[in-house]
Amino acid sequence: METVGNQTEVTVETAKELGLLPEEFEQIKTILGRTPNFTELSIYSVMWSEHCSYKNSIKWLKTLPKEGPHMLAEAGEENAGLVDIGDGLACAFKIESHNHPSALEPYQGAATGVGGINRDIFTMGARPVAQLNSLRFGDISLDRTKWLVKGVVKGIGDYGNSFGIPVVGGEVFFDECYNTNPLVNAMSAGIMKADKMISATSYGVGNPVYIVGSATGKDGIHGAAFASKDITEDSMDDLPAVQVGDPFQEKLLLEASLELAETDAIIGMQDMGAAGITCSTSEMSGKEGFGMTIDLDKVPTRQAGMLPFEILLSESQERMLVVVKKGREAEVKAIFDKWDLNCEQIGEVTEGGRLEYYMGGEKVADVPAESLILGGGAPIYEREYREPAYYKEYQKFNIDSIEEPKDLKSVAKYLWNHPNIASKKWVMEQYDSMVGTVNMSTNKPTDAGIINLKGLQKALAFTVDCNARYVHADPEKGCSIAVAEAARNIVCSGGEPSAITNCLNFGNPYNPEVYWQFVGAINGMRKACEKFKTPVTGGNVSFYNQSMQNEKDVPVFPTPTIGMMGIVPDKTKVKTLAFQNEGDRIYLLGEAKNDISSSEYLYAYHKMKESPAPHFDLDEEFALQSILKGLIAEDLVVSAHDCADGGLFITLLEAAMPNNLGFEVNTDSDFRKDAYLFGEAQSRVVVSVSAKQEEQFVEAMAASDVAFTLLGEVKGDSMLVDDENYGKVSDAKAEFESALENYLTK
Amino acid sequence: MKFGVITFPGSNCDQDMIYVLEKIMGFEVVNLWHKDDDLQGAEFIILPGGFSYGDYLRSGAIANYSPIMKKVVEHANNGGYVLGICNGFQILCESKLLPGTLLHNNHQKFVCKNTYIKADNNASAINQGLDTSEALKIPIAHAEGRYFATEEMLKEMNENNQVIFRYCNENGEVNAASNPNGSLENIAGVCNKNKNVFGMMPHPERAADMELGNTDGLKIFEAMMNAIQAVV
Repeated sequence: METVGNQTEVTVETAKELGLLPEEFEQIKTILGRTPNFTELSIYSVMWSEHCSYKNSIKWLKTLPKEGPHMLAEAGEENAGLVDIGDGLACAFKIESHNHPSALEPYQGAATGVGGINRDIFTMGARPVAQLNSLRFGDISLDRTKWLVKGVVKGIGDYGNSFGIPVVGGEVFFDECYNTNPLVNAMSAGIMKADKMISATSYGVGNPVYIVGSATGKDGIHGAAFASKDITEDSMDDLPAVQVGDPFQEKLLLEASLELAETDAIIGMQDMGAAGITCSTSEMSGKEGFGMTIDLDKVPTRQAGMLPFEILLSESQERMLVVVKKGREAEVKAIFDKWDLNCEQIGEVTEGGRLEYYMGGEKVADVPAESLILGGGAPIYEREYREPAYYKEYQKFNIDSIEEPKDLKSVAKYLWNHPNIASKKWVMEQYDSMVGTVNMSTNKPTDAGIINLKGLQKALAFTVDCNARYVHADPEKGCSIAVAEAARNIVCSGGEPSAITNCLNFGNPYNPEVYWQFVGAINGMRKACEKFKTPVTGGNVSFYNQSMQNEKDVPVFPTPTIGMMGIVPDKTKVKTLAFQNEGDRIYLLGEAKNDISSSEYLYAYHKMKESPAPHFDLDEEFALQSILKGLIAEDLVVSAHDCADGGLFITLLEAAMPNNLGFEVNTDSDFRKDAYLFGEAQSRVVVSVSAKQEEQFVEAMAASDVAFTLLGEVKGDSMLVDDENYGKVSDAKAEFESALENYLTK
Repeated sequence: MKFGVITFPGSNCDQDMIYVLEKIMGFEVVNLWHKDDDLQGAEFIILPGGFSYGDYLRSGAIANYSPIMKKVVEHANNGGYVLGICNGFQILCESKLLPGTLLHNNHQKFVCKNTYIKADNNASAINQGLDTSEALKIPIAHAEGRYFATEEMLKEMNENNQVIFRYCNENGEVNAASNPNGSLENIAGVCNKNKNVFGMMPHPERAADMELGNTDGLKIFEAMMNAIQAVV
């Protein structure tokens, strides 16, 4: 095989340049029984990269609960998890990161992230119905941050808007730990007939293998390997590793794929994401133990003279690999012809489990499929971990060390103008949130995004959540909180949590302190998911989100973003977060605490960065959500809003703004007033209750173990706390809605 | 009345439109394909929103050359009804069935939000059943929606009552603050001289389902159908 593209002599040095470890190089030699050629080594380097192999995380990921009564495809089995939602339908959903590309080229990086995650959904035969995203950027006053925000938001918007799937939720968070490494996590969810799933598999000797969609170019080569290392000053040299997106092609590919799903002409289909043809051919083949011969000359390319490894590793977007049932080729070709898409046979299924790639009539690589993939020959590592010193230090925080400000009104104003708390309208309005005519939250704001299932009694609920500051302070508790908050958002909206997907953004796994954060987060996620009976359907791991700053390696906050799906059994009972009527009583469900730990108030206003995660107890949380579900089912509350970032005061303000209804509330002198208003102790929800249902409501609450407090009532157009006027709701709203734009454009 | 909703490659509001006409309003609808050269007996043609052919060149520019558009132009010239929404409006301007053009929004960003519009007059089928003092809540979603025409054209259009909708605030006041994209004279929709071809940037089909909590768009469709069927 001393042929095209394989002239380079391969040594351990070549392997190291491609990101492989010396022992991995030895392992490859053992598998092949010889030294790999350059093409083969390239194949191993991408398939064994962190991004594709999960080699440093899989041991812990396997401890997460993945089974549930409604799971049709569990984590790792298919491109995305699949949940039975009843009525013969299933929901496929997944979240994925595109952090590294977005750090270098925010527009294309974010756009192709959206493209990739949607392909994961429709490659299974599901039509995407909702998108969400979770974005994290550095200090908002930096020009680089502003450039990144604008590019990422435009990239997500231009791609998703054209592709035509509504964005129904998301989060945007700023902290200097993300100065170099922004996080761009995109989630998509789709609906399909439960018995129509297209599997990412290949079998049947002689069945033809097709590549469909866009032509293959030189973009994104070694993208997966690029995502598997730290960002340094040399990273700009990796720019070709960033792919370029074409949402129009994706839209055509979507429609063609869904027409294909209606036939039974295919064996399997897989999206080409990371590691392109290499990954799709090996993962599809490895599953059932078959092989493939692939003729790289047949692959439609964008430019002449591409080398074998370039074609194999290209991450050109909007492509799929399809294994067709022999004899049904014409049917498949007709569908792609209709949509003016490439559809070329490039090979066929073989016996024996070997992937043989040919070019110019010669074999350029020959590797066993199974040796490349997760669950097969790809390496699995146990990494050492060590509790960092800061963890114990943070626990020592005492609220008494913070003097309570005299003027809490200015604290409130500071918070509603803070970029982490202020409205994300400037971002969200750049996304089409209404295409598809299923977004039930447009005219009725809710904590989770609600998706109408036309013609059915039920609806779906989606949310993405993670307060990374809590996770940093205490990975286990913080990650449990992320799951709990997602569930709380769904319950507040009238839904029932079903399952989660996760996007695990961390620093370098070879750093034991980073790995300690990872292990802690997984443990916290496991506990919470077991409690809420929300299996983990899949997701992705993004390590190496760290960079050198002032000659120190600085990882981002550990950020395990949780994407949760829930079912609203009765869509007439979707619950808004907004106050509806003057005179309605306002109650706090859950306990007030003398706790300001890790709050935006403590961190940003007092600039105290060293405190533990806020109060959280899983059983308390579960009890709160259970009682709230009952209250909503029995129509005993008018509105329900999760008490989160910014604390009780911000929760009240957010409930007040949509209908411009004010409130009069009283605090409790058993607690410091700043903690009462701005603390972020968990497991609390603000509800409004009509006067005529108050008695029934109080009875229901009194029969439970969940604490509840009458705060006051919905009244007038101002915000009154202990008879002190915090201003007009409309004035606060004007600032709340323009703050982010002012930061970004001035 | 039989409707024809065209799907161009990149259309993404075609199914939303069909859902409203068929499931909510109970009309017969045929989904037409851009490569077709037959309107299949449809009497009212709708060009839906989306990004036809990716809209990489200029919104609507390529769709104008699709085989189906030849038939749409014929249909319109014979007095048949045609409505373009969002990208459909852009295509109708490209094909010169409607006067003027749609430029990049003055803020240079895509914007999706609820806006208010009101009927400017009661001179054509699409607005004749509407109250000209009532603000209707209809969402927009576009990057190129800033309506532009020459002064001369505008004068003529105003004289002929060819401006069908203008952006306003929730109290029905037409002013700069209620203009979401910099359109001349707050124009949200126009029609041709013969008043059988309509175009509008806001999406009434996104405000037509009770389950989504806003049916102001349905009001427009219903008023329009009443007007048309009264004539027939």
